[in-house]
Parts: sequence; structure tokens; C-alpha cells
Amino acid sequence: MAPSSQSLNQSAGRAIEINTGRLQRDLLIRRIGKIGLYFNPVFSFFFLWAPIAVLVVFSFNESRSVATFTGITLDWYVNIFTGVLGAESAFSTELLLDSLSNSLIIGFITTLISTVIGTMVAMSLVRSDYPGKRLLDGVLYLPVVIPEITQGISLAVFFNMLFDYWNMLTGQRLYPGLHTVVIGHVAFTISFVAVVVRARLADMNPRLEEAARDLGANEWRTFREVTFPLLLPAIIAGGLLAFTLSLDDFLVTFFTAGSGTNTLPVFVYGLLKLTVTPEINAISTIMVVASTVLIGISLSLQGRNATRG
Amino acid sequence: MLEARSRRRRTLGGVLLALPAILWLALFFLIPLGIMVVVSVLTRDASGAGVLPLTLEHYERVFGVFSPVLWRSIGISLVATLVCLVIGYPLAFFISTRQRQWVRQVCLFLVILPFWTNFLVRTYAWRVLLGDEGTINSILSATGLIQEPLQLLNTQFAVVVGLVYGFLPFMVLPIYASVERFDFRFVDAAHDLGANDLRAFLEVVFPLTLPGVFAGSALVFIPCVGAFVTPDLLGGTSGLMIGNLIQRQFGGSGNMPLGSALSVVMMVIVMLTLLAYVRFGTRRA
Repeated sequence: MAPSSQSLNQSAGRAIEINTGRLQRDLLIRRIGKIGLYFNPVFSFFFLWAPIAVLVVFSFNESRSVATFTGITLDWYVNIFTGVLGAESAFSTELLLDSLSNSLIIGFITTLISTVIGTMVAMSLVRSDYPGKRLLDGVLYLPVVIPEITQGISLAVFFNMLFDYWNMLTGQRLYPGLHTVVIGHVAFTISFVAVVVRARLADMNPRLEEAARDLGANEWRTFREVTFPLLLPAIIAGGLLAFTLSLDDFLVTFFTAGSGTNTLPVFVYGLLKLTVTPEINAISTIMVVASTVLIGISLSLQGRNATRG
Repeated sequence: MLEARSRRRRTLGGVLLALPAILWLALFFLIPLGIMVVVSVLTRDASGAGVLPLTLEHYERVFGVFSPVLWRSIGISLVATLVCLVIGYPLAFFISTRQRQWVRQVCLFLVILPFWTNFLVRTYAWRVLLGDEGTINSILSATGLIQEPLQLLNTQFAVVVGLVYGFLPFMVLPIYASVERFDFRFVDAAHDLGANDLRAFLEVVFPLTLPGVFAGSALVFIPCVGAFVTPDLLGGTSGLMIGNLIQRQFGGSGNMPLGSALSVVMMVIVMLTLLAYVRFGTRRA
């Protein structure tokens, strides 16, 4: 009896020994994992924010260098609004303001059209059934995934051909401009509006509309007094998304605008291609602030949307 | 009968509601894409536009002379996707495992907000950082680590950095959603069965969050293949991608049919990626 119990104890002891070895290894793995898990966000957030911080900081730098900070100045901001940008006289304040106003005009018209059309198609997809609906659903998502450069050049080829034929038929020469840019922007923003509005529609309680109809409201009145007010936050959020996308777009604009029409991104691209100047840092900083404000508004609207629903 | 009539009315109403979008997308999205496909098999005329007869010479050039650029584009996109995954997975995991909701929201906000800054501006920021007299080289030479400035800008490295910077949120968000849905009691079960953290992660957590990984990878890879601005501003000649080749064929002394052919090939790569995602990526979800 005694020897066998001893061997049992021995084997138990060995088992515990092996376990402590494993335990140490497992604890080491856990510690490495934890360190990694805390190191990663520090690195990632630095990676995401440092470039923007550098732009903002050096937009106030006295010297033209983007390496050493010598002192604070607002000269570069003043330069944007009073005179010539950097060494390139081709980029005047006038042209900048002209580009900005083009961007805003295109943005507003695009938003108006694609919000209306996008909301309509979202309602159609959620509330009714017809042959080809699935196909439409698929096509609607295509502009989101097809590379912008493909959309841009296919539109360029399309307008080029269209204008050539028009010229042949009527002898009248048409040119690209703000209108062709708007057409291109609407083509890819409809999808984004539709996605946002559709999500809200799918969450909406259909009984509310049924109730309105039971109470004698016709379809138009049901839409105007029940559906539309409930959808409004999503429509506004979709519209703001379309506006931001249009304002931000470079490639589709680049290919559909023709030579005479600048938007802010096309203007900025022209500047960037040439040189690095502190004025670009200043313009970039203004754009960062502007988009942050826009997104803030959009998020607070969506937040209200979520709490209400 | 009333029922049937009202259903018919709803069908008609639905079609009418969808009609403007259908027309707009058909006219200004699908037809232009179709025309582009047609132009890609036309012969180039003196002005750079396409004329008859039909030819496949542009596709021959795409897969012949231009195949290095094609492969480079795919290679750069794959590397950028992989880097996004390596950085983005732990980040998404970290964010979605925070206990307090406001911490998660702030973290997500910190990931998304830079994304809403104009893409050109964000790419330009890396020109400032990576240039010969840029921020990184200046810091390195000030600390005495280097004598000569490092060639960082106008390299494939710069393009990868720019693409990762541009599309990282596309990787983080789907993985975040996947990890958030993951039931961590599975990890407890794995531990009870003797698995350590590493094994529990590799054999339980990672496989169950694969839908997010696939979605994120597709969402990053697709815009990378179609990139123009990033290689244009950061890549120089050594980082040239398909997007840059396409852009060069339009305007001036361009070659629209060749540009169209390049575009069609790019579109096919995107479609194949999507197809692969739908086929393999959504199966587990």
C-alpha cells in the first residue's frame, strides 16, 4: 500500500510541476497579448492623427519649413485671402473662391436631386414589390464599389461621344461644365442616400402608416403627415452624406468638368501637384475644420434619430 | 378584387417611385460603362478617340507591356490590405472589448473622423511627412540617426502607407461589428478545455470573426486597386498603379481605347473580388 501511494504522490507532484511550466508560458502569452492589445491603439491613433496634427501645427509655422517649428504666424491664412498662393501666381485667391463657389453650387444641386431620387427609390424598394426589384437593388449598390476613376472616365467617354453626335446632328457644340459634374455626382450619391434612408424605413413601424390609412388619410396625406416626418432625420443625414461626398469628390469631377471648371478639390490637387507650400497647410486645416463641423452636425442629427426611434 | 387592385396600384406606384433612379443610373452609370467596354475594343484614331475597326490590341498591351503595372497594383493592394488587417484587427478587437459604451464610441469616432477629411488633404499630409526635407527625415537627422535623408517619398512604401492611411477604417469597422457580436463565453469554454489565450484566439475567436475580416479585406482591397490619388501624389514612377495609367490615356495625346481597356480590366478585378467575397466571405455569417 505504502509504495503505491508514494508513487501516486510522485506522479501527482510531477503533474503539478508540468502544469506550472505551462501556466508560466500561458501567463507570458497573456501578458504579451495584453501589451500588444494596449500598444496597438496607441500606435494606431498616433498613426491616424499625427499627419493631420502636423498639417495643422505647421500651418501656423513662421518659417516655410515643415520640419522645425520656429514661431507662430497667421501669414499663410492671410495670404490665402489677400493675395497670391505661394510662388505660383496661377493659383490666385480669385480662382480659389471661384472653385469654392463651384463646389458649393455643385454640392447643393447634387444633394437636392440625389436626396429626392434616393429617398424615392428607397421607399420603392422597401414598400413595394415588382419584377426586377432584386436587379435594381444590385445595380443600386454598384456605384458604391466601382472605382471612382472608372466612373469618371466612363462618363468622360460618354459625354465626349454624346457631344460629338449632338454636334453632328445640330451643328451646335456642347461643352462640359458644372452640369456634367452634377450629373456624375448624382449618379454615385443616389446609392448612398438610398442606403441611409432605406435603413430607417426598414426600422419604421408599418402600423403607423396603416393607422393613418385606417383613419381615412389617402396615400399622399399618409406620406406627408406620417412617413415623411418620421423619415426626415434619415433624409437629412443622407442629404448631408451626399453633400459631403460631392464636396469631397475629386476624380469624377476631374474627368467630367472639362478644362475650364474648377472645384475646390480640383484646385487643391493642382496646388499639391506643384509644390509644398505653407498656404496649402492652411487651406488643408480649414478643410479639416469644415468637414469636422459638417460631420458633427450630421452625427448629432443621426443621434437624435436613434434616440427617437 | 379590391385587394388585387390595391396591390396592382402599389406595384405601379413602386415602379414610378423607382423610375427616376432607374433612368439616372441607366443613362449616366450603366450606359457609360457599356460604352467604355465598347470603346476598349475600338482602334485609336489620331485624336486619341476610338474608331472602327474592332481590335483586341489594347488588351494585348494591358496584359503585355503593362502587365508589370497590373501586377504591381495588385501586389501593392494586397500588401496594403494585409497591413490594414494586422493593424486593424487588434484595434477593432481593443475597441469592441471596452466595457463602457462611451469609450467605444470615442474610439470609433477617433478612427472615423480623419476619414472624413478630404482624401487629397490626407494624402498630401504624407507628402509633408515623407519628403526629403519632410518631418520624418528632419527628426531622424536631428537625432543623428541618419546623415543622408532617406528616400521615403515616391516609393512603393509611400503608396502602401498612403493606402493604409486612407482605408484603415474600412477594415476596422466590419471587424469591430464581428467582434462585438462574438460571444466571449466561447473563450471561457476554450480556457476550461485547457487552451491558452493564443490557442483560444487562433482556434475560436479568429475563425468566428472571419466574416468581419473578409468584409474588411474586400472593402480595403477594392479601393486600393482603383487608387489614383495616392500613387499619383506619393508613388512617383516606381509606385505607378493602373489608375495612373488610365488617367494618362485621357486628355492631351491620350489613347481613350487603351484607357478604357485598362478600366475594364480594373473593373473585372473589382468584380472578381466582390464575387470571391460573396462566395467565400459571407458563407459563415
